[in-house]
Amino acid sequence: MTINPSGWKPSSPVAARSYGATTTGNRALMLEEPLIFEIGDSEATGVDFSAAPSGVSRLGGLERFAPIGLPGLSEPLTVRHYTRLSRQNYAIDLGLFPLGSCTMKHNPRLNEKIARLPGFADIHPLQPQETVQGAIQLINELSEWLIALTGMYGVAMSPKAGAHGELCGLLAIRAALEARGDAREVVLVPESAHGTNPATAAFCGYRVEDIPATNEGRVDLEALKSRLGPDVAAVMITNPNTCGLFEPEMKAISDAVHAAGGFVYCDGANFNAIVGKVRPGDLGIDAMHINLHKTFSTPHGGGGPGSGPVVMSEALAPYGPLPYSARYADGTYRIVEEEVAADEHPDAFGRMVAFHGQMGMFTRALAYILSHGADGLAQVAEDSVLNANYILRSLEDVLDAPFAHSGPCMHEAIFSDKGFAEGFSTIDVAKGLIDEGFHPMTMYFPLVVHGAMLVEPTETESKASLDQFIVALRSIAERARAGDEALKAAPIHAPRRRLDETLAARKPILTYRNPIPEGAEAGEGVELGGR
Amino acid sequence: MRYLPLSEADRSAMLTVIGAASIDDLFSDVPEEARLNSPIHGLPMHASEMAVERQLAAMARKNMVAGEVPFFLGCGAYKHHVPASVDHLIQRGEFLTAYTPYQPEIAQGTLQVLFEFQSQVARLLGCEVANASMYDGSTACWEAIGMARRITRRKKALLSSGLHPHYVAVCATMAKFTGDTLDLATPELTAATDAERLIAGIDAETSAVVVQYPDILGRITDLAPIAEAAHAKGALLIAVVTEPVALGLINSPGEMGADIVVGEGQSIGVGLQFGGPYVGLFACREKHVRQMPGRLAGETVDAEGKRGFVLTLSTREQHIRREKATSNICTNSGLCALAFSIHMTLLGEKGLRQLASLNHARAVEVAERLAAIPGVELVNDAFFNEFTLKLPVEARPAVHAMVEKGVLSGVSLGRLYPGAAELANGLVIAVTEVVSDADIDALETALQEQCS
Repeated sequence: MTINPSGWKPSSPVAARSYGATTTGNRALMLEEPLIFEIGDSEATGVDFSAAPSGVSRLGGLERFAPIGLPGLSEPLTVRHYTRLSRQNYAIDLGLFPLGSCTMKHNPRLNEKIARLPGFADIHPLQPQETVQGAIQLINELSEWLIALTGMYGVAMSPKAGAHGELCGLLAIRAALEARGDAREVVLVPESAHGTNPATAAFCGYRVEDIPATNEGRVDLEALKSRLGPDVAAVMITNPNTCGLFEPEMKAISDAVHAAGGFVYCDGANFNAIVGKVRPGDLGIDAMHINLHKTFSTPHGGGGPGSGPVVMSEALAPYGPLPYSARYADGTYRIVEEEVAADEHPDAFGRMVAFHGQMGMFTRALAYILSHGADGLAQVAEDSVLNANYILRSLEDVLDAPFAHSGPCMHEAIFSDKGFAEGFSTIDVAKGLIDEGFHPMTMYFPLVVHGAMLVEPTETESKASLDQFIVALRSIAERARAGDEALKAAPIHAPRRRLDETLAARKPILTYRNPIPEGAEAGEGVELGGR
Repeated sequence: MRYLPLSEADRSAMLTVIGAASIDDLFSDVPEEARLNSPIHGLPMHASEMAVERQLAAMARKNMVAGEVPFFLGCGAYKHHVPASVDHLIQRGEFLTAYTPYQPEIAQGTLQVLFEFQSQVARLLGCEVANASMYDGSTACWEAIGMARRITRRKKALLSSGLHPHYVAVCATMAKFTGDTLDLATPELTAATDAERLIAGIDAETSAVVVQYPDILGRITDLAPIAEAAHAKGALLIAVVTEPVALGLINSPGEMGADIVVGEGQSIGVGLQFGGPYVGLFACREKHVRQMPGRLAGETVDAEGKRGFVLTLSTREQHIRREKATSNICTNSGLCALAFSIHMTLLGEKGLRQLASLNHARAVEVAERLAAIPGVELVNDAFFNEFTLKLPVEARPAVHAMVEKGVLSGVSLGRLYPGAAELANGLVIAVTEVVSDADIDALETALQEQCS
């Protein structure tokens, strides 16, 4: 049975053929690819199974008779479909990916190999612990590295991503406060923070208030001090902050928060700038998540998975979640779960996730850490900061750099859209970069800088690669300043021109709908979700 | 160092351009007392690829590998055969090393995959729409309860005793902080699920009933009466699927009236990996989509009228709405969603049905053989590929003893419900297509030994 009777449907433009237009819509190596629903078939399959032995079924009368509506493809067609789609993506493997706050560094392939060793990839989370001692040992060794690199006391390994780590930190803070009978209601967050910070605070029941920034792009310490009080549970600080600047008064901020009875949460998204150079524990921080998919190079995979272990201070660690890994005096390792929690971790705030966290990310991160060692990790921070400053100083004459006068940046350089011709904005520069063969920088974030462009080159770029990027961005910045209308049409060389996001939101099409067969009444044959 | 391209000459040339005398000048904002001026004491220095591989491979070898022994564990994570092409395709650098598709013109590959993934998940779960993935099944389950709270403006959720205890624990942790009330119960070793308790327990305060299908003991029950009872009181039905392969053979929760269906997608395309990363599935009715957490890919057109895909309805999300967002989730499980989608495409409807039939037939065979062991009782009437045995002895020591015989026999309920004496003899056994005849013989022999 064919799922889409109309078959393959090239989405070629209806507009007049311009020079270079083709019949298929393909452009040499750039191949258009239909949806699996348009080329697949419910009878086609790319797997071979032996027939199930006939026997009595024990399905309680719930056996499915209706079709599901899932298309299948043979293996060659499957490989071709996804290979063609992959070629419509930009990726670090192709070039510089300077997305600020995202730390798009090279992903070493050794890490992929390690993660796929059957001893790590093919073990079940509920296997008896004596059968997975090597796996728990790996988690434990990674834990020890994270504690040493941050100068903290303990670590929760189970959070699944950065935002989940934030949640872990705030829940530990809340549990610690409640343990002393202190029901505080407010979390202070700088205006420049990642959106996950206020969202997380709200997600676990806190009221969120802004902390203002100074003109130098730092937390306004005096304003913060004047807001602290018995209702403030925690302050969430990103350090280095989202303007790419270190908060020099971090220790004073922590001391003030502690004096007022609150806790300091640090968003560790920018840890790449200081790994091996600064230990957050020395700055008075109580909890910080570490994005293994940023600093420790586990691949982003087009949006995930991530992993967000949370390091905690001595004051907070007793309230951290279950489970955690431990090494016993006899040399054995254990995942400490609910069963022994009453004895070994009585104040835990609870469990955040089924099983024990992102093992597949732990293997990759530890391979990365062992490859660099303590010396290499410090070099990572130095080179990432060097690369960002090189970009900052190479472009500050054509792009407004709002904080450049006050000194060096950390691992990312920030520019604004000041000085562009009327009607030109950051998005035009970003789309222009696409035509030049680069992924754009982070746009319009942080919110405290007008038309922000946040550029994070990372340490895995060569000088030649940076020079090429600088030349490209310089030329586009000059076009934006001069008001070159052609820039507004960019990108013109990408697989797609600018996409209509307003239409997508106004009339959402979120799943494939079977087309209306020829001659059918309108509405008939339109299926949502195969129903 | 092999991952760092800058040479010393590059570094000094760049410092000259910057106008800094040394690297230390670039760290001048860091107070002197917080700066480390040498590598952290006591940590090893950098190592070669070969050395790292040796060190980690030694750890890997200490583990008992599921694929190398008779293996029967399930309870939320399942061992299925994943075709070789899945792992090859997800390692294409254009998928593996791409970021979240914030620049759609150069991320159509990821965006189209997500649109296809959403379409496959919606159809499989029997819903109108699905999102681009959550972290895993357990966090998706809590997010569904939060979503039901926003839709119904009620704060009491009624959880089936058959819901995975880790999922219950995640919800209980979150509920402590959000003020939601959870009505909980421990499962009983009976063939019947707690459907009657659920139906009787729904009242005008109930936001949602949460039912796992098949449940933690492998039981399956018709969700339609529960959906009907929930809807009659203005509550929602949330169904949780931890073994999506089952839906190749049994009716989907959406078709039986579930309003939100969440699941663990690990079974399809994603290996066991000691518990993560996995992929959370999240599907619902179209009318509730604006209360949904997580990213959504949607279809649109570009400036030339060509079809294309973008992330959409992002006014629900944290980077736009900040503290008013439907969830704090940002990074999701994109690459695992890709693996799921590729495997599902290879299976297709025909392959999925065959796979499910094979699993069920194998499980029925094993259940009957094991239930014939004197003293062993099969708890389930109905099941898919996983069932619970009541042993004449405590299951947990038996599981450890069977490890000594080289058999990973199942998950003891003592591990999942420590302290629940009435469940201590329960052993949950999952049987998938990877189990061989020799594996079954080995399990039978080992279990006979434990029960005699």
